[in-house]
Amino acid sequence: MSKSLFQKVWEAHTVRTLPGGQTQLLIGTHLIHEVTSPQAFGMLRDLGLKVLMPQRTFATVDHIVPTDQVSEPYADPLADAMIRELRRNCREFGITFFDRATGRQGIVHIIGPEQGITQPGTTIACGDSHTSTHGAFGAIAFGIGTTQIRDVLATQSMAIGRLKVRRINVTGRLQPGVYAKDVILHLIRKLGVNGGTGYAYEYGGEVFDRFSMEERMTVCNMSIEGGARAGYVNPDATTFAYLKGRPYAPSGAAWEAAVARWRAFASDPGCAYDDVVDFRGEDIPPTVTWGINPGQGVAINETIPDPAKATAADEKASIEEALAYMKLTPGAPIKGTRIDVAFLGSCTNGRLSDFQEVAKFLKGRRVAPGVKAIAVPGSQGVGLLCASLGIDRVFRDAGFEWRDAGCSMCLAMNPDKLIGDQLCASSSNRNFKGRQGSPTGRTILMSPLMVAAAAVTGRVADAREVFGVSS
Amino acid sequence: MSLAKITTITGRGVHVPGNDIDTDRIIPARFMKCVTFDGLGEFLFHDVRKNPEGVDQPHPLNDPRFRGATILLSGANFGCGSSREHAPQAIQKHGFRAVIAESFAEIFFGNCIALGLPCLSAGRDDIRKIAAAVESRPDAEITIDIAKGEIRFAGQTVRAGLRESARAALVGGRWDAIGDLLEGVGDVKKVAARLPYLAV
Repeated sequence: MSKSLFQKVWEAHTVRTLPGGQTQLLIGTHLIHEVTSPQAFGMLRDLGLKVLMPQRTFATVDHIVPTDQVSEPYADPLADAMIRELRRNCREFGITFFDRATGRQGIVHIIGPEQGITQPGTTIACGDSHTSTHGAFGAIAFGIGTTQIRDVLATQSMAIGRLKVRRINVTGRLQPGVYAKDVILHLIRKLGVNGGTGYAYEYGGEVFDRFSMEERMTVCNMSIEGGARAGYVNPDATTFAYLKGRPYAPSGAAWEAAVARWRAFASDPGCAYDDVVDFRGEDIPPTVTWGINPGQGVAINETIPDPAKATAADEKASIEEALAYMKLTPGAPIKGTRIDVAFLGSCTNGRLSDFQEVAKFLKGRRVAPGVKAIAVPGSQGVGLLCASLGIDRVFRDAGFEWRDAGCSMCLAMNPDKLIGDQLCASSSNRNFKGRQGSPTGRTILMSPLMVAAAAVTGRVADAREVFGVSS
Repeated sequence: MSLAKITTITGRGVHVPGNDIDTDRIIPARFMKCVTFDGLGEFLFHDVRKNPEGVDQPHPLNDPRFRGATILLSGANFGCGSSREHAPQAIQKHGFRAVIAESFAEIFFGNCIALGLPCLSAGRDDIRKIAAAVESRPDAEITIDIAKGEIRFAGQTVRAGLRESARAALVGGRWDAIGDLLEGVGDVKKVAARLPYLAV
């Protein structure tokens, strides 16, 4: 019988059915960071439990690290306490910690793939909802809460109900100036922020076949913004080429055997899905958000929705609430909206290719007066690669601040925050109220090149026009 | 591990209306700079309860009529966004014993159940009726019957949805999965031994 990748990975990792009906699922790889893990270690100590397979948990520090200060102690004593706590926990329980001194630190969803820890046909859990990123490799990856982190630490497994699978095909080609970020913003706009509840999303079609691993990661990353707990792409030659030679990837004779196993995890042709949705790549425009959730998006050439034209009372209320918060005018073009801050980075768009693509167009341009622009590589590795290619210089010359690796202004748990009601053109994943650190701060989500276009013009702009992107 | 069997919850309600209320709104990220969950309750919905100067502004949780409510009512897709368990922890530590909403985001739902904080789904019209009853008589009690899947208030009864695995876990006192998972550790090791990537 033909099976989907989800089904194969699920079956290979099923331990047993629990008395309540959920599955006890083996979690092969566990990733932890400083914000959601300390309480889990505390619970472990309270229960007198040990970490069952310490070699299968990997830690890093990303959420709270300042990106303009490497030396410790950090200026923020709470942040400093958190990093010290993680260091202590890793030491006590024998967990590998990619601390800043290792040169391998970065956002957890960037370093997992970078180190070759993220592999096809595996299960991954992390106390962070963007764990869905790792699905780009054909892994089934879940964001979990702290109690479940405790469960995975103690038992290398967790209790979870089986998900349905929705296949999302994106056929054809993307237009020039349209990126992976636009694809996922468009999908969420069309399928809704809770459209994926109960599902894992399997992304496929020609657009995904052609996508690099980094582009696949950008899409899988935001599966959760569409309500899907997991999202994945079937592993193929692109996946294997990315993994080859990475520190934790199999090598020598083990490499070929691993590739054969990985290939076999891909969904079988003709397997059944619970739902199938089709999109045409040509129909996807550069997309930006106008509201307070990632589903509230429009094409760059469209206007801001007008609540007066809403068909349902619910929809009207949510548009009104969003526009009141965003201080935007109904019916006005989104293009031309003044911005105060440009942020390029995050687990969605903080990888080498994101900075590389922007650098191609940013050379010789200047950040508009009055705009604060920051570029934050997603990992120390990404930062080093950018430096070796002169990319950091292009950003600095253009007037961007070039920072050290971390989550930074995506969720603003470190000193990188919006002030007052500043409006930020952001390559991150969430535009929730207050998300970027100021209770009244405003976020417009977009692709990295659109962030650069906003930075140099001081307004929400069409990158294709600003940079002359054409076929 | 012996846990309380959670079969019925009775208490006063408060309605925080709106759809897609995300976990950043429930507990803003800056309050997560802590190594324990203690003290999160006071920051529940902080940035919508306070103005930028930190002074209380109109919000159902600031309304003295609803002080002491233990049942939180809201709209669709409640708890979307970040997986932070700080959100259910803040709700529970604030004093809530259950949440009733049109629907819940998945990670949030699982995090709540693992804390013994039931999340019941109810129809939009039913939530409207309960909210109206709470508004007209804030001191009247609501009863959630988890075993029967009912919400009783002001002489009315409406259906409360809860997936079977969660219902069984709450009613059976198995909502914290650690006991069950530990029993399966022997099997975990067997499955791990069959997976080449876990061979050391």
